Amino acid sequence: MSDTSHGTGGLSFDKTKRIWPSEMNVLLALIIIIVIFEILGQVLPYMNDQSFLFDTRGRFDSIFNEARLQIIILQVAIIGIIALGVTQVIITAGIDLSSGPLVAATAMIAMSFGQTEFVNGFANPKAVFGSWAMDLPVLIPVVIGLAFGALIGGINGTFVAYFRIPPFIATLGMFLICRGIALWWSAGNPVSFPTDQYAALGAGMMPVVWFLFLAAVFHVIMRYTLYGKHTYAIGSNEEAARMSGINVKRHKVMVYMIASMLAAFAGVVLSSKASTAQAGMGEFYELFAIAMAVIGGISLTGGRGSIIGTVLGAMVLGVIRSGFTYIKLDGSYQLMAMGGIIIAAVILDQFRQRSKA
Amino acid sequence: MSNEIVLKTEDLTKHYGGVHALEGANFEMVMGEHVAIMGDNGAGKSTFVRQITGVEQRTRGKVSLYGEDVSFAGPLDAREAGIETVFQTLALADDLDVPDNLFLGREMTYANWLGPFRLLDYKGMRKATIEGLNKTAVKIPNIRNTIRNMSGGQRQCVAIARTATFHSRLTIMDEPTAALGVQETAQVENIIRTLKDAGEPLILISHNMRQVMELVDRIVVFRRGRIVANLKKEDTDGQDIVAYITGAKTGEEYMEHAV
Repeated sequence: MSDTSHGTGGLSFDKTKRIWPSEMNVLLALIIIIVIFEILGQVLPYMNDQSFLFDTRGRFDSIFNEARLQIIILQVAIIGIIALGVTQVIITAGIDLSSGPLVAATAMIAMSFGQTEFVNGFANPKAVFGSWAMDLPVLIPVVIGLAFGALIGGINGTFVAYFRIPPFIATLGMFLICRGIALWWSAGNPVSFPTDQYAALGAGMMPVVWFLFLAAVFHVIMRYTLYGKHTYAIGSNEEAARMSGINVKRHKVMVYMIASMLAAFAGVVLSSKASTAQAGMGEFYELFAIAMAVIGGISLTGGRGSIIGTVLGAMVLGVIRSGFTYIKLDGSYQLMAMGGIIIAAVILDQFRQRSKA
Repeated sequence: MSNEIVLKTEDLTKHYGGVHALEGANFEMVMGEHVAIMGDNGAGKSTFVRQITGVEQRTRGKVSLYGEDVSFAGPLDAREAGIETVFQTLALADDLDVPDNLFLGREMTYANWLGPFRLLDYKGMRKATIEGLNKTAVKIPNIRNTIRNMSGGQRQCVAIARTATFHSRLTIMDEPTAALGVQETAQVENIIRTLKDAGEPLILISHNMRQVMELVDRIVVFRRGRIVANLKKEDTDGQDIVAYITGAKTGEEYMEHAV
């Protein structure tokens, strides 16, 4: 009889045997990409020896080019908040395409309750409602925005879980519905002139603070709570999850709700940052959010990935975007290159899985 | 070994429309007993198990567990009552590790006031997992490995180790070695022996005559939805059992229904 078939020895919890986490690959990719842009900066003739991320102005108080770092992280922060939710949906082996238009719709709706009554002594020219909705405490527009997100997410989740509509189709429908709501809300007019409190939500580096705070919260939730464990279990083997007594349908609705509430919050922050809400806001956000997750190693077949991965994926996307601008690549090329990188990330992930299996 | 009756069914019957998949099954097993259920495909073995484990609702009849009449609304109820089933298709989540899988759906938690966001007690689950694996003598190199990285035998062992971890009152295994290689089968059989030594009652569904003759105390044969034989291992042999399975023979006490 083989030596593995009896005896009690060999059970172990060996920290050194833990597997190389896939997040490390993303971190490695991030570093490599930064190095490539640094080298390009030195090599390309028109760059005048600029550095990508390091300070070249010869000051002693800093080694980094904070201005660029800030722009990089600020650019990804709002889409990053959406990506935190999309990550959870993808881990259940679903997808959420509705987040971009939901950002726009929520921005419009929330800001309508966050307007100030008088602008420089004149009545707010962009007022959506009468004076009863003016100068409300900031909590009211935020709660309304989150409630709207919860509603949309609840509908998404209900269609996916209870009516068994493929997530792609259910959220594609919601994609159009939300864009329609955004256009209908104020008949295409932008909503502007927020209260000071509302404007403070997304002012300066606040989007980054929200992004990192929410990332930390959801990292803990996904890793250390029942909700997180069940989310992974459902994406890993839905049948097993059901047989183990997890209420799969209810859980899925909750995941879609949380994802949409995060997207709704992103809409609030975006409108605050821009001091205006427009129906065309958030274009392609859903796709960039998905791209962040995918680059961060979240498997589209479900069950694998982490919030840390998505945060790193967001950084990769931000660095690439900023790097392209840095080497003065035209915007149209940027989109093409970014598309290629997303596909490459998925191909790499599949190779890695095959080599493991 | 006490003679306490673990499981008893009376006139257990299941009809699917006009199909009589299970007809009047009277079955009984006592504490510490290992019973094999044999029979051809479609003989009613799995149907019988599905009625006991609450996967399906019986047409009529009675099921009692440790002398208590039971009627499970679903497999979860059965599990809560102490019936652990190792299914033919493994009910494991590939991307989770061993403790996560053992405790799937019944995680140890604290700060329960947090509702769905209550915190997982990883340490406690790990400890209980190692205890459970020790009890079944299951050897897994690293319990923090995900199921994806494990062999078929190890996976089956994890599935079986669930029963030991939760002190089940009755274990049912539905062809646990059907998909396994020789060594892995030996490993699973060893676990079954360990359960026997520990006095844990077990129902084993198997097509493997050698395995059945080696492992169990009693063999119950199903044919065409009915129990046709109830044989002590000492009083029978492989050929005899095959005769019952194929219908060449029928047990005396079951003659009235013989077709």
